[in-house]
Amino acid sequence: MSVIKDTGARATLPPFGEEHEELRQTVSRFVANEIAPNVDEWEAAREFPRELFGRCAELGFLGLKFPERYGGQGGTHLHDAIWVEELARSGGSGGVAAGLNAHASIAMPPIFNFGTEEQKQRWLVPGIKGEKVGCLGITEPGAGSDVAGISTFARRDGDRYIVNGAKTFITNGVRADFLVCAVKTTEEGGHGGISFLVLEREMPGYEVAAKLEKMGWHSSDTGELSFTEVEVPAENLLGEENQGFRLIMANFAWERLLMAIGAVGAMQRLIEVTVSYALERHAFGRPIGKFQAIRHQVAEMATKAEASRALTYNALRVFHEGLDCIRDVTMAKLVTQRAVLEVADQALQIHGGYGYMREYGIERAVRDARLGPIGGGTDEIMKEILGKQMGL
Amino acid sequence: MATATTNGSSTVIKPDHEAGRKHFIFSQEHEDLRESMQAWVQKEMWPHRNEWEDSYWPTEVMKRAGELGFLGLCFPEEYGGQGGDYYYSLVRAECMSYSGSGGTNMAFAVQSDMVLPPIHLLGTEEQKQRWLVPGIKGEKVGALGITEPGAGSDVAGIRTTAIRDGDEYVINGSKTFITNGPRADFIVLVAKTDPEARHDGITLFVVDLRDENGEKVPGFSVSAELEKMGMHASDTGELAFEDVRVPAENVLGEVGKGFYHIAWELQGERLVAAAGSHAGCERMIEKTLEYAKEREAFGRPIGKFQAIRHKFAEMATKTEAAKQFTYATAWRFANGEYPVREITMAKLFASRVGCEVADECIQILGGYGYMKEYEIERAYRDVRLNRIGAGTDEVMLDVIGRSYGL
Repeated sequence: MSVIKDTGARATLPPFGEEHEELRQTVSRFVANEIAPNVDEWEAAREFPRELFGRCAELGFLGLKFPERYGGQGGTHLHDAIWVEELARSGGSGGVAAGLNAHASIAMPPIFNFGTEEQKQRWLVPGIKGEKVGCLGITEPGAGSDVAGISTFARRDGDRYIVNGAKTFITNGVRADFLVCAVKTTEEGGHGGISFLVLEREMPGYEVAAKLEKMGWHSSDTGELSFTEVEVPAENLLGEENQGFRLIMANFAWERLLMAIGAVGAMQRLIEVTVSYALERHAFGRPIGKFQAIRHQVAEMATKAEASRALTYNALRVFHEGLDCIRDVTMAKLVTQRAVLEVADQALQIHGGYGYMREYGIERAVRDARLGPIGGGTDEIMKEILGKQMGL
Repeated sequence: MATATTNGSSTVIKPDHEAGRKHFIFSQEHEDLRESMQAWVQKEMWPHRNEWEDSYWPTEVMKRAGELGFLGLCFPEEYGGQGGDYYYSLVRAECMSYSGSGGTNMAFAVQSDMVLPPIHLLGTEEQKQRWLVPGIKGEKVGALGITEPGAGSDVAGIRTTAIRDGDEYVINGSKTFITNGPRADFIVLVAKTDPEARHDGITLFVVDLRDENGEKVPGFSVSAELEKMGMHASDTGELAFEDVRVPAENVLGEVGKGFYHIAWELQGERLVAAAGSHAGCERMIEKTLEYAKEREAFGRPIGKFQAIRHKFAEMATKTEAAKQFTYATAWRFANGEYPVREITMAKLFASRVGCEVADECIQILGGYGYMKEYEIERAYRDVRLNRIGAGTDEVMLDVIGRSYGL
């Protein structure tokens, strides 16, 4: 026993294990070959091609966590987590990830969890195949974080509902075939008066009112939708009437966890890119990374990234084991969304003028990351949840 | 127990804030240790925390800890240890946070996690019998001598020399900021056996500082007991060595390999420091939360104001991140990896969180926080050392950056 050295060897941190490595590599190759090279073009087009859903479905990525009887891969949430992390790490963009996941991980789970067998056949099966694209509609022009305050109203009329109202900031909203939509089913609404209906784009009165321009996430389409006397058959009710708030809460945990995992992947990517730039770029006779100021900035970025990973993987483990995970997921979401924004900004600083130019993709990472502390529940909402858990 | 199934037709995640969700690194054995050690710390240390600030922690408490097995948790039973895995050290560090005394915690960590591990890892059987066995029993108090008046973070720059003379080495030089130094029975000393060389001229020694009558050995003196910002319960010394002669058999490990031995030693120390930081944060938050629920202003408990509520959310989140980072890194360490990068990050992260949480707690407690009685100002002073001791933040950043080839 004399000298012990860090060989750099690292085992995969639980809850992931060796058995997940193959999927990780498959996703990584796919993203590097078929997504990363096209991102600039898709950003400029303000959406990625619809065929990407089909291609991802063909490779099984849209149905990782769903049972084989619906065309899924029969995996678990951990497989989905790997997909999301690698999508970010291997050079996807915030927009591409948002579009794919708004469908596979946000719109489809409530159909799987709360839907009848017939509903699963109608939307989940074609959704997993990439033939139908879904989106989730909760936020409205007048109600975001305060979910109980939504005003889109579904009036019962015999064996159908008549829906009036509007939804906004809906990822995939412009081209989605179906919308898993939160509506009031009582006049007073609130926690006990919200239900979910599945709306379909061909229903009369369902309109895409606007395709929204955004700071980042350019390769995903974001829609504002309006509903005027839309007739929705009662069999499109998802779960029980007036029990929709439970569905929202169930979905939030996974959505927030996915955001945290995506941020962990994105930070790793940013650090890899920045380290290699800092070693190549010379100033004053040496690579800029050899200046202590830059070395320490990279160390700060990496420390944030690894702390985020530890917190997020633990939250994922707690979620996966079926334990109460609200505290862990809320903390992971809060920490990671800020961390990735800070890391992206530090990466931009180290890249200097090049970081500010579109070509390097760093300015895009900053713009994409800025949504994190807002989407899926703002930082302030996360802190309310945590503070209230502490009895405050 | 909460539920978060995905295949039921009515998935509901029920809040269950009290669920005992122990981390995957801990088993029932660790929980049993936690229960017994925490109870002991609360019963036999906590009540004395204030008097020890003025008098230092009494040496008998270390003997008591030895009797109860808390100094040898990770050492083999043949030397009087408990034979536990590395996680026992983390549990120990977390339990010590209940003492309310950063100084005492530091002194005990020096003994069990800094002084004894290199003797166990590098020592000959005879060295283990001489220092490890009585160290685990708490009969001998140890110190670790690295830092000097002229060299701290730059270990290779030390000037204390140990020059071979027949079967002996002759030690000259001084060491400073040495925890337990004034009262220590022995010291694990870092010295240059080749003053011309840097890293490769360094050797470790175990040096008895006191003879069997408790008198200082010839040539050794405590040149100063240092006054500090915090950690008042701990004695900190500047030590002088003038022609102190030690037999060659006191060399620990290999001659000329001392730097690398110490580099290894620092890793365990840093991770334990990180664990102490997050556990300390939890204690500060608990105490401050209690206050925020009782103290009223403008007609309601101050904790019911959003500004204060969000401060707690921030503090709890940082603390949890530090904790998970330390646990994940400990898992690597215990599984045979030598994750220098992550250990360094965890130490950096947790130390900063400790200081930020202490400061925010004082802010919430207001004028009371600034008063000695509430003990938060002491925690603030104590925890400030974490960003300096066991390697400064700046050294941590350098180590991390260099691990990326920068």
